Amino acid sequence: MLKLRDGIIELYKKVAVSVPSDVEEALKNAYSRETSPLAKGSMEIILSNISLARTTSRPICQDTGFPVFFIKVPKGISHQLVKETVMEATRIATKKVPLRPNAVDIVTGKNTGDNTGDHFPLIYMDETEDQFLIVDLMLKGGGSENLGQTYKLPQSLAVGQKAGDLEVLAERDFDGVRKCVLDAVFKAQGKGCPPYTIGVAIGGAKDQVAFLSKIQLMRRITDNNPDNAITELEQRILSDINGLGIGVAGLGGETTVIGVKIGAGHRHPASYFVDVSFSCWANRRGRLIW
Amino acid sequence: MVEKSAVKKINTPLTEDIVLNLKIGDIVSISGRIVTGRDSVHKFLFHERPDKKEIPFDLEGGIIYHCGPIISKTDDAYKLIAAGPTTSMRVEMYEADIIKAYGIRGIIGKGGMGDKTLAALKECGCVYLHTISGAAAYLADRIKGTAGGWKIEEFGEPEAMWQLEVEEFPAMVTMDAHGNSLHREIERLSFERLKKMMA
Repeated sequence: MLKLRDGIIELYKKVAVSVPSDVEEALKNAYSRETSPLAKGSMEIILSNISLARTTSRPICQDTGFPVFFIKVPKGISHQLVKETVMEATRIATKKVPLRPNAVDIVTGKNTGDNTGDHFPLIYMDETEDQFLIVDLMLKGGGSENLGQTYKLPQSLAVGQKAGDLEVLAERDFDGVRKCVLDAVFKAQGKGCPPYTIGVAIGGAKDQVAFLSKIQLMRRITDNNPDNAITELEQRILSDINGLGIGVAGLGGETTVIGVKIGAGHRHPASYFVDVSFSCWANRRGRLIW
Repeated sequence: MVEKSAVKKINTPLTEDIVLNLKIGDIVSISGRIVTGRDSVHKFLFHERPDKKEIPFDLEGGIIYHCGPIISKTDDAYKLIAAGPTTSMRVEMYEADIIKAYGIRGIIGKGGMGDKTLAALKECGCVYLHTISGAAAYLADRIKGTAGGWKIEEFGEPEAMWQLEVEEFPAMVTMDAHGNSLHREIERLSFERLKKMMA
């Protein structure tokens, strides 16, 4: 597993120092759309930071994130061995890239110093019919992670700048889902580094929707949802959010999100969960095929 | 909403006069020494309130940067790799008291802060400076070096207080000492639009 380990170290490096081409493209499009000097100026700094990080091989953001792995393993390969390889690669990559040590012990408050700990990195394993192993890595920034919200519909949403401003009922339908996402983005404002990519999941269990909304962030900005009704909802929500005027870095402007991606799972009749995951503009993801 | 202005160069330590002269929308370029401080530093200063003499860096007239940098340690020095801002709102409950207790004149961060901090900025003559989130390599190039850190072992590298020497570090005044907040304005504008979308 030595070669796999080195491959994962390289994947860490690539994901930490660059954004995927579709994300960079979307940010460039946003730059040309913006008209206010503040928004344009902020986008300029973001774009020059992207090329500076790539050419000098330095992390795009000092927060190199919570590493989340989605791994597909061919039949017969030990999942345990793959997990151990990921842990070892993480320790080496932390020094080599370098990554910021981000794993903090809940009891002692101590930082482990090497980005490994209990359930850290997060590793989701699955099996594949293919003969090769697919390792998808997301370096998930903490600021945007903190903005995530879970809703249980029907739910009354209290929205506004102070208590009692506005009460909105989100019902068990797509319009209710739309209201939840708008509520989450309004509350987020500029705190998590917009323009955001937003992952949404609709389903019937807490962990089901938490996983599904997170993995939506792995989708390319330009892809289409296989379900037309959900594609329409994605586009409607994207356009609504950009109408809010929160803008780049939360300083106002046309672009608050560059992508809205929705996934759905079957639900229990009693439950209707909506989960919203945020990624900062630096939606750092990458794939290794081994 | 705000007028675009020429870049105002400011040096640390800041004086009350410098701070009162700054208004929301002003672009500033900061030179001199600043310190980092995020979740753990704020919680510690708030609850333990160490004497100024116990802190190895002079905070009077100083700037606290909400930042947990990536720092690599060579044999005899620390090298800054990446150092962008972290979300300021997380230290909202602590910041007003820390500004008052330690004579802080500037906060650098991202995303803005709440009403309690805004009131303290006005009361004490302090300013909130927003810098571009996620522009860590770009901003690290405006940091010339670090004189070392405080509480590195106890809080871990990202959470320690680092003293940084910055040169023409870019930021924008988004909360001033006159009670104005650009973040509140954007929030109000987006709420007006949100109301129509929720109808």
